[in-house]
This record gives sequence, structure tokens and C-alpha cells, in this order.
Amino acid sequence: MSHSRGWPLPRKRRKAPPPVPLEDYDRAYLNADEWAFVMAATARLIPSDGDGPGAIETRVPVFIDLQLAGDYGAAGDWYMEGPHDPSAEPARGWQSPLNPAEVYRQAIPAFDAWCEETHGEIFAKLSPEQQDASLTSLQKGDVGLPSELRDFFTILLANTKEGYFADPIYGGNHGMQSWVYIGFPGARAAYRAWPERHNVKYPLGPVSISGERA
Amino acid sequence: MARQEQKKDVVIVGLGWTGSIAGIELAQEGLEIVALERGHDQNTVPDFQYPQQIDELKYGVRLKMMQKLSQQTLTVRRSGDETALPYRSLGSFLPGNGVGGAGTHWNGLNWRPQPAELKLRSHVVENWGEGIIPEGMNLGDYPVSYDDLEPFFTQFEKVAGISGYAGNLNGEIREGGNPFEGWRSEDYPMPPLPTTYDSSKFQAAAKAMGYHPFPAPAGIASTAYVNPYGMQMGPCNFCGFCERFGCYQYSKSSPQTTILDALKRYPNFSYRTQSEVLRVELAADGKTATGVTYWDDAAQEEVFQPADMVILSSYQLNNVHLMLLSGLGEAYNPLTGEGTLGKNYAYQMNGGITMFFREEEFNPFVGHGANGMVIDDFSISQNDFGAEGFIGGSYWRSGTFNGQPIRNMPLPAGTPAWGAGWKQAIGENYGHAMSIGSHGSHMAYANNHLDLDPTYTDRHGRPLMRMTFNWQDNDLRMNQFMKSKMEPLAASMNPDLMQAGFKNIGAQYDVRPYQTTHNTGGHIMSENAREGVVNRYSQTWKAHNVFAMGAGNFVQNTQYNPTGLVGALAYHTVNAIRTQYLSNPRPLV
Repeated sequence: MSHSRGWPLPRKRRKAPPPVPLEDYDRAYLNADEWAFVMAATARLIPSDGDGPGAIETRVPVFIDLQLAGDYGAAGDWYMEGPHDPSAEPARGWQSPLNPAEVYRQAIPAFDAWCEETHGEIFAKLSPEQQDASLTSLQKGDVGLPSELRDFFTILLANTKEGYFADPIYGGNHGMQSWVYIGFPGARAAYRAWPERHNVKYPLGPVSISGERA
Repeated sequence: MARQEQKKDVVIVGLGWTGSIAGIELAQEGLEIVALERGHDQNTVPDFQYPQQIDELKYGVRLKMMQKLSQQTLTVRRSGDETALPYRSLGSFLPGNGVGGAGTHWNGLNWRPQPAELKLRSHVVENWGEGIIPEGMNLGDYPVSYDDLEPFFTQFEKVAGISGYAGNLNGEIREGGNPFEGWRSEDYPMPPLPTTYDSSKFQAAAKAMGYHPFPAPAGIASTAYVNPYGMQMGPCNFCGFCERFGCYQYSKSSPQTTILDALKRYPNFSYRTQSEVLRVELAADGKTATGVTYWDDAAQEEVFQPADMVILSSYQLNNVHLMLLSGLGEAYNPLTGEGTLGKNYAYQMNGGITMFFREEEFNPFVGHGANGMVIDDFSISQNDFGAEGFIGGSYWRSGTFNGQPIRNMPLPAGTPAWGAGWKQAIGENYGHAMSIGSHGSHMAYANNHLDLDPTYTDRHGRPLMRMTFNWQDNDLRMNQFMKSKMEPLAASMNPDLMQAGFKNIGAQYDVRPYQTTHNTGGHIMSENAREGVVNRYSQTWKAHNVFAMGAGNFVQNTQYNPTGLVGALAYHTVNAIRTQYLSNPRPLV
């Protein structure tokens, strides 16, 4: 980041402490098998090769684990009273009796079983090509999940992107790498001079809610 | 057995825009007033302060400012043949929660409807004849005219601190303003905000095609401002966190920034949060209300609050629900046309075009909710309904807002949703796209209405409200017309790529994607008790001491965001209460 003109740095430039390696991470919700799946699946949904960071460097699996352990996983704000009609047309919205945490818990072994039957191994042990093909089948609804697990791929992908782009306080977007990659300044939220600077790229890197800079 | 509170002159149900307006205007009369608010208390400091508010996940995605559906929701079906299912997780619309209500998390687009929109049935019949009104459309006139409301639009705009440039000042059309708007007795309280790059491109292209661009009317302060209640606002810094967020710097117009701190100084006004009104209690003869019963969440008990007047100022959906539960009118039956409560539920018909300019920089995070330039060349007063085959219109706007990456990542059609192709595309496209939106009218139909659900209940055991709603051909044809007019304009800007998003004929309502929180109707205004639920002063035909505020009053939805009309109707109503009702409580019509 360029900070040569006009934008003073705080006295102590904050740097995030190095995080716990993902293999030593103390999980809040996911069990070991589920963790292995989430690690492998998010690594294909946002891979590490090519331009820009992947889900693993940005610690998306940590984000997902923490979200499932919290209010989101428990559908704390949702109306979950019965009767339920999980086979209703998708346009009718979430109609599963299960909350997102329960959907992960039941869908991962069901999908792993499908991978084993189809490709001979559970998802985490497949080759990247087989993993991509399996995820495509999951996305298309071709792996035979029961209707109450129907939205699994939708929430897995949404949660992966959330973890990639959300503020680092939620455990993902480590080092604000996704923001640096696309050019989003994060929590700066002060652009008084900028509306009339037309077709000029905003020059500053992101800041986070906790005061990190990148 | 319900606890009973001391009697008040006025009980206000819901402390958002209209409850705050009723509160402060009636407090000036010296009345003893209590407001009951279902949600929590919240104010700019500490609740909206920097940097905690700048959190897309918490507020933009997990929607922590919104109504918790676990506490209150409704069921939805698309026709009378379907079984309604609960709206379990937020999607299509986002009712607010807590003090300030939806007025805290809105975008700030503050419009006046066109004069023709308030007398739309007459406008249609006089110009094209009754024959062009489609079967099943409940097309109506409002029982108030633009001229009746003009002083109250002006009053609300001064309180709310609106920025803009008048296009019709006392009948004089002014270059650079909206030539198709109704007359204004005064210019906007504040000048327009600066124009971002996308808006300026849209402005130039629209002008070149002979259209009439003007700055969007914004509930966003462009300068330092003090409103008639002494409330102070500061100029917006284009932080980009408007819709779904509270404003951290006193720039966005809201009950918090423009009314509440002034209202709280009145010793005759008080408010109680975590107090969810369960029903309005009617006297034995059913002609007046005696007060309301509410659930005190802290004490975990029911409370009866007696009052001489009841003002229903909660969100439109909740107002209608409460009225259905309280017998404040007869429920509408679309088969017989009998009853009025729940009738004419309407929504909004929107579309738009996204354009990619790979070499240009739009900085989409620089913006505010009411940013941009607008044209009204395809608005209701400008369209030839007879020739085009629909009744309606829209305004078009281009201006950056919500440029946060979880929710706002436009990518070329055909881009993979995940994997290496997706990652490549976000790097190449973020910041290099702009869009034009069409924000269109939605008519009222016999098929679209609100009543009580036969199956699902809330935590108090009350039936949920049931919404019967689907898109109708008339509005879809309007939307397709807008597409046909917008594509040439977008193409004239020479983007590398453009893609349109307009609902097609036959589109079915999908509750999952966010569409708009402009839910209207259900307790509509009318000239007489046979056709609606409230009279021109928002007074219920059923009980003269019950007034129902808000967009539930809309006969059909306009082409604009509803807040300007909601605010004007609220001031029109409290003016009638102050000048006509208090001295002699009675039906005013």
C-alpha cells in the first residue's frame, strides 16, 4: 500500500498475529470428518492456484465452523415451526425442518457416501478433478440427497463466499487478502473527496474493523 | 390476567417514521403519550457507530437490523390454489426491527408520487376509457389529491432533510430538475449531492437521447442542516453503507437523526421497548377502541394499556395483521369482493441492465443509498397506456450504492459460480461495472391480498398473516416495455458487455432473492367504508379513535419508493387530528 502522501499511519501499525495452522485449529462445531470435507470442498470452490487467494489461505473453513457454531447455524432468527414441506418448489424458500448446522451434519456423510459409491473414495480423498465433478453433481441436485438437505450446496457455496469476503473478525478473509485482490477498501467507509474523481482508481488498501491494514 | 398500565391519551404502536411523527406532533398538544415498540432501543451512538457498523456480514447478510422471523413472520402463497408456507428466512423483503424501524435501514430515496398517480383510475378513464383496465385489477383513486398533500410533502421533506433540485417550482419548470414532477411550493431543503462517475455517464447518455436527467431526491444530507425540530445532520461522506445499515455519521435521514432526540425531551411522551402489541381492544359496541394489549418481554406478561386514541404505526404487514386479529374491519374476500381488510396488497416491479467497462474505474464502494441521476421520461404521467398495453410506469436511476463484495459482485453471464473461473472473474470485473435500474409501479389486484393463515401460529399462539401474491401480466408488460426502452440507451454507452435483468411474462413470485421492502396496501384509504379500511385522514371506518398510518394506506403502489408519501400522509393525518379531531372526537368523514 502506498502511504506517502496525506494519510498518516497510526503510531503502531497493527499486524494480525500469525494464526493457528488450520490442522491445529480447535473446532467449535464441525467434527473431524466434517472438517476434512469443508477443507477439501472450499479448496475447490475457491482454489488457491491462479490470481488471487484461495479459500484455504483466507481461512474460510474457520469462518464456516464459527458460523455453524453460532446463531446462523442454529437458525436463531428464522421461523422453524412446523408443519414443514421440504419438497415444496425452491421458489417457496427454506422449508427444511433442519437448521444450517444440521444440514451440514446430515449432508456431509450422505454426500461422502455418494462419492464413495461413485468414485470409490470419500470426497476429501478424491483427486481435484473428481472433486470438481462431484461438486458439480451436488450443485445440479444429482446426488440423491433427501429434500430436507436440498439446499446444502447453496449454503455451502454462499458460506464459502461469505467467509472469503467478510471482515476478518469472523475468522475468514485472513489478512484481508480477498479485499486486496479485488480492490475493496473494507471498513474505510469515508470517501468525501471521491464521488467527483471520475474514472480514477481508489489508491488505498483495505482496513478492517479491528484496525488491520493491508 | 393482564397487568394494567395507567391510562394515556394516546398509545402509539411502533416507533418508526410515522410513530415518531405522530409522537412529536401530538406531544406538542400536551397529550399524554406512550409508544410501544416491539424491538430494541437503538440510536446513532452507540448502536450505529464506526467501525462496528461497517460490517457487511452482520447487517448486510445476517440482517441483524431486521425483524426476526422467529418472533414474527407470515405465510406466502402465489394463488388461492396453493398451500401457503411460512416465510422462514428473510429474502424478498426485509421489515425493520427496533426503534426507528425501517426508517433506520432504508436507502433514503424520498419521492413524491406524481399527481396522476393519486388519481390513477380517473387518469386512466379520462384518457383511455374504462375498457383498458384489465379484468381483476382493483384500480382506484386515492381519496386525497396531490394538491391536498403538497404542504405535507414539503413539511416531511424539511423534517427529514432531503437533498435535491426542484424541477417544478410553483409551476415553473427548471432545467436540471425533474420536469415531470408535481409542483413544489419550495425547493428542496438541501442542494443535490455530488455525482459519481456512473451517474454522470448515464446522465450524458440520457441527455443525448433527449431525456431529462436530474439528481435523485435523497434523504441523505449534502450539507450541514438543522431541521424544524432543531435536529442536526452532517454531510454524507459516501461511506457506501446505507441500505441495511444505520448511518454512523448523522447523514441519512431517519427517526433517530431527525425526530427522536427532540421527541424524547417532551415529559408527556414516553416509550417502552420489547413491547409487542398483540391486539387492539374494542369497546363493547365495537365503535371505539379502549386501548391495546401487549406482551412485555422483560416481565414476560401481557399488559393492557388503556388509551383514548390508538395510532397504528408499525410496518405495513404488521399493521394489517394487528387489524385482522383485532376485528378492525371485515377481512377481504377476493371471490365475492366483500370486506376490505387485506385488500389491494401491492409490491414493486423492478428491473435493470448491468454494463461492463473493463478499462474504467467505478469505485462501487463510494456511494450512498440515494445516489445517482434519474430520468422520469417513462413515468406514469408520460406513458400512453392505451397504445402500450399496460397501466404503469417507472423511474430509472444509475448511481453506485452497496458496493460490498458479498452481495454486489456483478459478473458476465456464463461465468462459473465457483472454482478457478469464478475467482478469475471477480478479479477482472469488480469495480468495472455499472448499472441502470428501473423502479416500477405495481397495481392492485383481486388475487393479491392478505388474510389470516389457517395453520401456522406465532409464539403467542396468534395465527400468522397469509400473503397471497403473484406477478400479474399488466406489470410484467410494463417491465418488458422498460427493457425495450432501456437497452438502446445502455447500448449507446458502448459497454464491453451488457446484460438485462427484467422479469418475463409468466414470471412466478420467488421469495428467496431480495426484491424490495415496499409492501403496500391492506388497510387502504377510501372515499367510503365500502371500498377501504381508513378514510382520507387514515382514520379507520370501524373505530374513529383508531388511526392506521403507513404504506398500508396505499390504494395501489406508486412507481416510487414509498417513504415520501408515507411521511406526507402522516403529517396530513396528524394535522387533521390536531385541528379537527381533538376538540371533538368523531368520524372525520
